[in-house]
Order: sequence, then structure tokens, then C-alpha cells
Amino acid sequence: MFVDTVIEDKSLHKPAFLLGLSITVLAFFFAFNFTNTIFGEFLSPVIGNPQESGFFGRLVVSFVLSIIFVLNLLLISFARLKIQIFIVWIELFFLFLAFAYSFDLELAYIFIGEPSKIWLMISKGLFTTIYISAVSIAIATAIAIVGAIAKLSNNGFAYAIASFYTSLFRGLPLLLQIYLIYMGLPQLGFMIDAIPSGIAALSLCYGAYMTEIFRAGIQSIPKGQWEASRALGFKFGLILRKIILPQSIPIIVPPTGNQFIAMLKDSSLVSVLGIWELMFMAKKIGSKDFNNLEMLLTAAMIYWALTIILEMIQARIERKYQQKA
Amino acid sequence: MNTKAKNENPVISLDGVSKWYGDFQALKDINLEINLKEKIVICGPSGSGKSTLIRCLNRLEAHQEGKIHVSGVELHETMKDVDIVRRDIGMVFQNFNLFPHLTVLENCMAGPNWVRGIDKKEAEKRAVAMLEQVKIPEQADKYPDQLSGGQQQRVAIARSLCMEPKVMLFDEPTSALDPEMVSEVLDTMVELANSGMTMICVTHEMGFARQVADRIIFMADGEIVEQNTPDEFFNNPKSDRTKTFLDQILI
Ligand SMILES: Nc1ncnc2c1ncn2[C@@H]1O[C@H](COP(=O)(O)OP(=O)(O)OP(=O)(O)O)[C@@H](O)[C@H]1O
Ligand SMILES: [Mg+2]
Repeated sequence: MFVDTVIEDKSLHKPAFLLGLSITVLAFFFAFNFTNTIFGEFLSPVIGNPQESGFFGRLVVSFVLSIIFVLNLLLISFARLKIQIFIVWIELFFLFLAFAYSFDLELAYIFIGEPSKIWLMISKGLFTTIYISAVSIAIATAIAIVGAIAKLSNNGFAYAIASFYTSLFRGLPLLLQIYLIYMGLPQLGFMIDAIPSGIAALSLCYGAYMTEIFRAGIQSIPKGQWEASRALGFKFGLILRKIILPQSIPIIVPPTGNQFIAMLKDSSLVSVLGIWELMFMAKKIGSKDFNNLEMLLTAAMIYWALTIILEMIQARIERKYQQKA
Repeated sequence: MNTKAKNENPVISLDGVSKWYGDFQALKDINLEINLKEKIVICGPSGSGKSTLIRCLNRLEAHQEGKIHVSGVELHETMKDVDIVRRDIGMVFQNFNLFPHLTVLENCMAGPNWVRGIDKKEAEKRAVAMLEQVKIPEQADKYPDQLSGGQQQRVAIARSLCMEPKVMLFDEPTSALDPEMVSEVLDTMVELANSGMTMICVTHEMGFARQVADRIIFMADGEIVEQNTPDEFFNNPKSDRTKTFLDQILI
């Protein structure tokens, strides 16, 4: 993207905008009434008992909140871009924590027990999740390459099979595919375990999406590259391997990274087959002791951490290919 | 006697070739023989079928009627070894079509190494020699987009030459170039012509045609309207269409 070299005035530094923003924010805080939250308690020296503070308390709380909010924005606006991004991230993260804290959780719960619950989640649940996702990603990538070639070929069978496949597996909800594979295949006489069914469903579903990504990536390479290769006497496989795919990788990587991330989280759906992955364990352990939210939140944090790692890897690969281009 | 023997064995021959794009007939009953070491220039108005004609010669396009022979091998749709014929015919495109993810040297080594099975060392030696021939050995380790258009086109010529082709096809090799770069590419082509290469060039560079062509072919509406030696072609054009075309192009 091109960033213009002409710097515009920050709208935050225009008095009219600032005033309008403050009023809007004040109205927001007032409308949603934060008097009965931690903020009201915090301001009890001024407004007395929050429950009985009435209109006055509500006004004071929303006023203080909006001042904090607007001042915060204003201060951040003076920082450099990197610092701005960093501060906003931290603040949003703390807001998220505050949100979780408001559930009144018993956080110690996840650390007790022998072995501790969090360790169980990581050693067994996380391991299974990663195992299932990694295998599915590898298979889906292989399917995608074959599917893309089939869709681009002028072989009627190949095209028909590939387009039927992508249509079907993009058209059914993943959860339904998981059930169909797990319960349908045994009807045909194939006994299939839970984990292989889960992997099959994830691979087939994401293979279908990735087929389209790979097809678009291959098609985006100019026709002249094929012609020059053909004119040199290269055969189809060689052209694809050495000329076309290397050039489509920078185009394929970003959407494929998104698919990997989506698949990692969708692997939670295989919990319906009783596979001991993160989601299943979170529900199982939590419901036993009526600490559902603690365990779900733990699982949420683990998923999030995993996707952050994947995003970092994706950014790294993208940067590598950008430099070369 | 010598010429007669050659004529019996043209390196490329077209016999009543016609081609359609859907309902549109792009080539109409083309008859043509090209001998080893001959230099042919093809010209004609836009849409007259010049590109279509030379793209049929290495079967980047398929013809529907008539016969095309290259080195005695007939090109047809069920032919399995079209790749083997293509190795003997180099082609240079208007838009260069270099492989952008490979260095200049790798572009030149790809053909010999991947399809002729020549080992890397030997392929590199050959690539360096060809880059010297087109006078850009110092650019060997750059990527195509780091070069000027004229340099890229010379790399494209070197890439084709590395396959040691019998025939070179050029489809408007200088049309995409800035004016000041046209001559460096034409010089390279003149040198190639002087070295005895068989060349078929679609071009509107009439200076080049005068200098190297043995025969100039004028096409219009998918037909060969006129073919002659440069002298006759420029000084004594026979058909009215040729005259009009020359008037337009030689202002
Ligand atoms: N792939 C195609 N599909 C349909 N029609 C085509 C196709 N390629 C070329 N044509 C048509 O065939 C005719 C001949 O095209 P061709 O490219 O051979 O002309 P040309 O003489 O090379 O013209 P130019 O000087 O513009 O390159 C044109 O009328 C063109 O519109
Ligand atoms: Mg053309």
C-alpha cells in the first residue's frame, strides 16, 4: 500500500471533533450505566453508595469515565506509531481481562489438582489439537494442489470430480461433515476411529477451500510464463513445479495462512466425536466441578496464543517473499 | 544444384495451412517454405495473423487444416513429442516473458539443465557464453526486473540460444521497448543473422528488414499477400495493399 507523504491534521487535535467525541462518549457511558460496576465502587467516596446514588452517581461515573477515555486517546495520539500500537494492544488486553474478571472466576481452580488442570490441557489437549491440525493441514495442502490442477485441466473427469468435490465440501457445514464421515463410513463397511474421521473431515473441508486459493494463485500468473516455458520445451509438471508455483507462492501464502488459523480453531469441532483435544477437555474437566468458564477461558487463551504464533510465522514468510519480489 | 537440394529439404514448410478462432479465420491457406539459414521478415497490419502464423510454427497455437513440417516432423494434435520439436525452435516474445523468480543466469540455464539434461556446470558455461554474445555478461546475477527492457529482451534471446535452436522465431521483439533501446536489440539480432541462424521475425523495423532479410512476407487478413526480396519489396511492391502499408510505415 502507498502511504501518502502529505500528513493530514489529526482529527483528534481539532477542537470541534474532540468536543463531539467527548459528548458521544459521555452519552454512551451514561446510557449503559456503569454505576453498579467496579467503577462505581471506585468512585464511592464521591457518590456514596453506588446503588443509591441515582442520577447524580450515574452522571459522575459516566463523566469520569469519558474524561479518562478521551484523555487516554489524546495522550496516545502524541506517541509514535509503534508505541501507539503497543499501548492500544495492552489496553485492549487489560479490558479483555477485566471482562473475564467480571465473571467472578475462581482462577486458582485451573492450577490445582495433581496433575494440575492447566497441565492436563496443555500436555494432552493442546498436543492432540496440534497433532490433528498439523496432519489435516498437510493433507489439505496436498489435496489443494491436486484439486487446483484438476480444476485447471481440460480433462473432463478431473474437472468434474474436482468441482463436485469443492462444491460439496464448501457447501456443507463442517460439523455436519464430521458427523457424516464418522457415522456414514461405517455404514459402507469402513470402520473408522474418531481421530481419523476428524482429520478426514478437516482435511477434506479445508482442502476444498484451499483448492480455490491455489487455483486462483496459479491462474494469476501471466499466460506468457506458460508460453515461454512451452516454447523452451518444458513439460506440464516441470512448468508447474519450477515456474508457476514458485511465482504463485507469494499470492497463495496470505490466504492459506488464514485457512491454517481457521482450521486450528475449527479443530475444536471434532470434540463432538469425543476426541481429547482442547475443547473437549475444557468442557469435560470444567463441567465435572461446575467450573465451566474457567476451563473454557483457559482453552480460549491457548487457542489465541496458538493463532498468534501462526500469524507471526505467516508474517515472516510473507516478508521473505516480499523481499525477493 | 545446391539451392535445389535445399529447397527439397526446407527446415519449415507449410502446406495449405488454415486456422480459425471460433468462427473467425485467422490464417487462410498459407503455403510457405523456409530453408536453413534463411532470414524471413513478416510484416503487415495489426490483426493480419502474423503472430498466429509464427505461433503455429512451434505449436503454441494449433492449426486446423493443412500441414506444417518442422525438420521433417509433422506438427499435429496427437503428437506426443511436440516438446522435442520445440527445443529446436527458439522463440522471443514481445513482452520478453523472462522468469521473474530466477536470476538472468538461471533463466538461461533452465532449458539446457531441465530439459536437455545438461549438467549444471556445462549449462552455466553455455549461459555465460550466450550472455557474452548478447553483451550483458555482467548482469548474470541480477533478477529480470532489475534490468532495462532492452537488456531483458537480450536475456530472452540468450535464453533461447542456450537451447542451441535450429530456428529462431521473433514476435515483434522491439515493440514493447523505449525507442532508445530498440537498436541494442536489433544489433543483437543482426549479429545473430550474420552468424547464420535461421530466423523468422515479425517486425515493423524496416531498416532491419532491408539489412538482413532474404525474403519479406507481407500479410493481410490472414493471407500472404506478397513475398519478395527486400529490394523488390520496397522499390517495386506489386499489390495495392502493400503499397498502402509501405506508405503508412515509411513516412
Ligand atoms: N486467442 C484468440 N482468440 C480469438 N481471436 C484471436 C485470438 N488471437 C488472435 N485472434 C484474432 O486473430 C487475428 C490475428 O491475430 P494476430 O495476433 O495473429 O495478429 P497480428 O498480425 O499479430 O497483429 P498485431 O500486429 O496486432 O500483433 C486478429 O483478428 C485477432 O483478433
Ligand atoms: Mg502480433
